[in-house]
Amino acid sequence: MLEVKDLNVFYGAIHAIKGISLTVNDGELVSLVGANGAGKTTILHTISGLLTASTGEILLDGQNLQKVPANTIINLGLAHVPEGRHVFARLTVEENLRMGAYILKDQKKISENLDMVYDHFPRLKERYKQLAGTLSGGEQQMLATGRALMTNPRMLLMDEPSMGLSPILVKEIFAIIEELHNSGITILLVEQNAKMALAISDRAYVLETGSIAMQGPAKALSEDDRVRKAYLGA
Amino acid sequence: MSTFIQTLIVGLRLGSIYALVALGYTMVYGIIRLINFAHGDFIMVGGYTMIFTIPITFALGLPAWTSVLLAIIVCAAVGVSTELVAYRPIRKRGTSMTALITAIAVSLLLENLAQAIPAIGPNPIVASQIFGTGGFTVAGVTMEWTTVYTIVISAVVMVVLYQFTQKTKLGRAMRCVSEDKEASILMGINVNNTIVLTFAIGSGLSAIAALMYLAQYPKVYTTMGALLGLKAFVAAVLGGIGFIPGAMLGGLIIGLVESFTTSYVSSSMADTFVFLILIVVLILKPAGILGKNVGEKV
Repeated sequence: MLEVKDLNVFYGAIHAIKGISLTVNDGELVSLVGANGAGKTTILHTISGLLTASTGEILLDGQNLQKVPANTIINLGLAHVPEGRHVFARLTVEENLRMGAYILKDQKKISENLDMVYDHFPRLKERYKQLAGTLSGGEQQMLATGRALMTNPRMLLMDEPSMGLSPILVKEIFAIIEELHNSGITILLVEQNAKMALAISDRAYVLETGSIAMQGPAKALSEDDRVRKAYLGA
Repeated sequence: MSTFIQTLIVGLRLGSIYALVALGYTMVYGIIRLINFAHGDFIMVGGYTMIFTIPITFALGLPAWTSVLLAIIVCAAVGVSTELVAYRPIRKRGTSMTALITAIAVSLLLENLAQAIPAIGPNPIVASQIFGTGGFTVAGVTMEWTTVYTIVISAVVMVVLYQFTQKTKLGRAMRCVSEDKEASILMGINVNNTIVLTFAIGSGLSAIAALMYLAQYPKVYTTMGALLGLKAFVAAVLGGIGFIPGAMLGGLIIGLVESFTTSYVSSSMADTFVFLILIVVLILKPAGILGKNVGEKV
């Protein structure tokens, strides 16, 4: 479904992504693990068009995403849950979710999807009138995820969904990711919490300073000595 | 007592004008974090557009105020052009300081360009009566019709604008872009178009402010927007810049302070008090009266 070929991204003079290639097949949950600053978020930003690659290709079902304006990528069925949630703090929970469906015109479809998101996240329904800025970190993560689901995307990019959450909430968020995966959504997950990410993923890529150091089935990686030492604290 | 009420009414009238101009500052600041110093000069553009259109409205048998319709279009066009020609290219390459200096440059450019146009020139032009003269007296307080129109029209414009930003899809998109551009892109919002829309609305409002201003002080000159713009900017900061209700409140406060100082202290002290209040509020509440920093949870 998603194919990244020989991607190079620069921040000024800094070569942040050095010739990375990766694929995510239909229905897969693939994670991108690695230390802070390895370039995980940069890759997602480049896929979504928020950053421009200097060379390389990003294909979604064969269509080159670098050729379409960033704000139309959502129309192709690819939604992005950004790092740090990026909910609209001054909008209410429901207004945030409606913004998620900004590209939809059919009001009936929007209310259907709103109900679908509230089914996934009953806590959001309880707080639908509350300003998003006043939610807890976990609730904001749910809101950001729910917002991305409002267009029934075929694929989700999820950036550090567990960041800054308590262990209980981390479990809850990962359970939600698994649930979304099981419902048929293709997911590319970026996580610092390699242990949890590998536990639910089909495949994974290990990123080290802008290059892919290792890749393979998540299970095999979680048993690999190098990965265990460097990322799993074993 | 009647002096008090009279002063209050004058203050509200003046404040309505400041509020309309302050809205333009605050909307543009909210969306691109730029203090558009040229905004005051859009009032001048609106003023001259009306001066030159009023004879046409008379020839067509229409009331003088209908000239504001063309002024809205011209001001919106000037505002949008400023964004496209000056601000957008700078935003892509420069820092916020470059953008600020560009804004000052655009302001000077508009004032001097206007003067270079033969039909405008350096001398003030006197405007015709915009609204009908006369008024009515209630309990010793005289109300001119112009005052009533000014307050009512501003109130209606502000309510409509507020509802637009709260209830419509485009209005919500504007609020989203002002809060978080990256997330807005991810939602599918065309950020550049939203910024253009904001410039069009904010600049269009300055034409309505020009109408109110001319109804009260029927004279146009190329620097007429400078002090008016500065005070409206103060109003926007006072209320909490980037925040629409803040601009409305700030405008009314500045208007009232000015009118009460003129009535009870001295007209020459009016501007002093306006800026004094700004300093006091900024010391006590740097984000403005209604401004607040919504903390981002990580």
